[in-house]
Amino acid sequence: MRGQEARKQAGRKALMATLAHAEADEIARLWNEAGLPSEAELLRGPETGLVTVRGRIGGGGAPFNVGEATVTRATVRLPSGQVGHSYALGRDKGKARLAAIADALWQDAAHREAVETKLAAPLRAALDAARETRRVETAATKVDFFTMVRGED
Amino acid sequence: MYVAVKGGEAAIANAHRLLADRRRGDRSVPALRLDQIVEQLALGVDRVMSEGSLYDRELAALAVVQARGDMIEAIFLVRAYRTTLPRFGYTNPVDTGAMQVERRISATYKDLPGGQVLGPTFDYTHRLLDPELAAGAEVETPAQRPVEPETMPRVSAILAHEGLIEADGEMPLDHVPGDITREPLQFPMARDIRLQALSRGDEGFLLALGYSTQRGYARNHPFVGEIRIGEVELELDVPELPFAVPLGSIRVTECQMVNQFKGSAKAPPQFTRGYGLVFGQSERKAMAMALCDRALRASELGEDVVAAAQDEEFVISHSDNVQATGFVEHLKLPHYVDFQAELGLVRRMRAEYEARENEDRAAEEKREAAE
Repeated sequence: MRGQEARKQAGRKALMATLAHAEADEIARLWNEAGLPSEAELLRGPETGLVTVRGRIGGGGAPFNVGEATVTRATVRLPSGQVGHSYALGRDKGKARLAAIADALWQDAAHREAVETKLAAPLRAALDAARETRRVETAATKVDFFTMVRGED
Repeated sequence: MYVAVKGGEAAIANAHRLLADRRRGDRSVPALRLDQIVEQLALGVDRVMSEGSLYDRELAALAVVQARGDMIEAIFLVRAYRTTLPRFGYTNPVDTGAMQVERRISATYKDLPGGQVLGPTFDYTHRLLDPELAAGAEVETPAQRPVEPETMPRVSAILAHEGLIEADGEMPLDHVPGDITREPLQFPMARDIRLQALSRGDEGFLLALGYSTQRGYARNHPFVGEIRIGEVELELDVPELPFAVPLGSIRVTECQMVNQFKGSAKAPPQFTRGYGLVFGQSERKAMAMALCDRALRASELGEDVVAAAQDEEFVISHSDNVQATGFVEHLKLPHYVDFQAELGLVRRMRAEYEARENEDRAAEEKREAAE
């Protein structure tokens, strides 16, 4: 039971991570294509505020405050009762509202499959592809050292 | 008696209208869009985010345009904007070891795991102006090298096991990180608070101080253990969710400076460290920050404090360019009453001085006549 709950939380968190990284236009486009319901009551926000970003001294030591970042969040309730939350860097309120609805829909067994396959999966594929492109472009700038052989042997 | 003087409203309104016109410039030239600035003046945007202490590319780009490219004015605008927003909390500390690396170099180890990855660097360019860029020439797409992903542990983690390099900076377990945006500066300050001040500090000021340590004012034998640039994930603990909520990622630059240290009464001979972490891609700033961090640890490591870069109160009190420009630039605001008062004082002192001179001269003449 506990394992199942942990898996569920991991799935929900993964969706939130995907939505936080995704572009607002892309979320809206896929939303319309999938025909996901967008009716929801706003319980909080969408509102923009600040989070203070923390780092660690030396990379792994004690925490310190680096600076702030804008974050926009929203909380919604579906007509069926599920409450969804969203948080993401930036100031896009439309994205915050849709992401909160997606979180609420995901918690509804009737909609989870659609949210996963029609929204999260294509967003994730696009994000992964972009990340992979950046990675191999970076890898092309890796230095291959070679040794110049000098002397007799 | 002081009589309040009012005036200048019309002049000020017209000056701001003129500013808007000059900012826009020649109307036959297309107006800049924010996405052009974000994409093509990215390092300028990064500097505004870093010293404005607010990670938001679009806002930083807007500030750059509004300030007509004056970086310190743009930083000022961003700082002012921050104060209008509510705070949602402190993120969990970022894990730079899990960074999606876009550049990573070490000047101390050639063959470190993950290798030397140059990324989009100005290093090794010839610093010749490029007329093709002015002509708007098309740019090649980047080369790709499809290799297996490699982990890139921080160089400090690789070096640690020999025991010849000090550990990442620790604080007592119950230490709550200080926040200079909430509490006024107090000296002496803990290293975590210093690092927050340095991370938002003026790049030019920190660069000059870092340079001064290299030239012998608090020499501390630095090596770049590692510089890495890339995106790190942010997560925030919130009461409404049973897990840390992912916020997306930000680009940061981290510098691990490694400094040879011959030992003191307080610490054995070893490599000590200075640390730099800043928003965006800015290795000059991260390096300068790390040099200053190390220099400012002089007392902690039992070194003599002999130079400006080691003087915490001097460095931290003057590193903030918004405060600095505020105090310097306020001098141009009307000081009519102050100046009138000072003028009166100087007139009186001058009259007294001249009266003394005359007396002395008269006494001198009298003496000469007597001789």
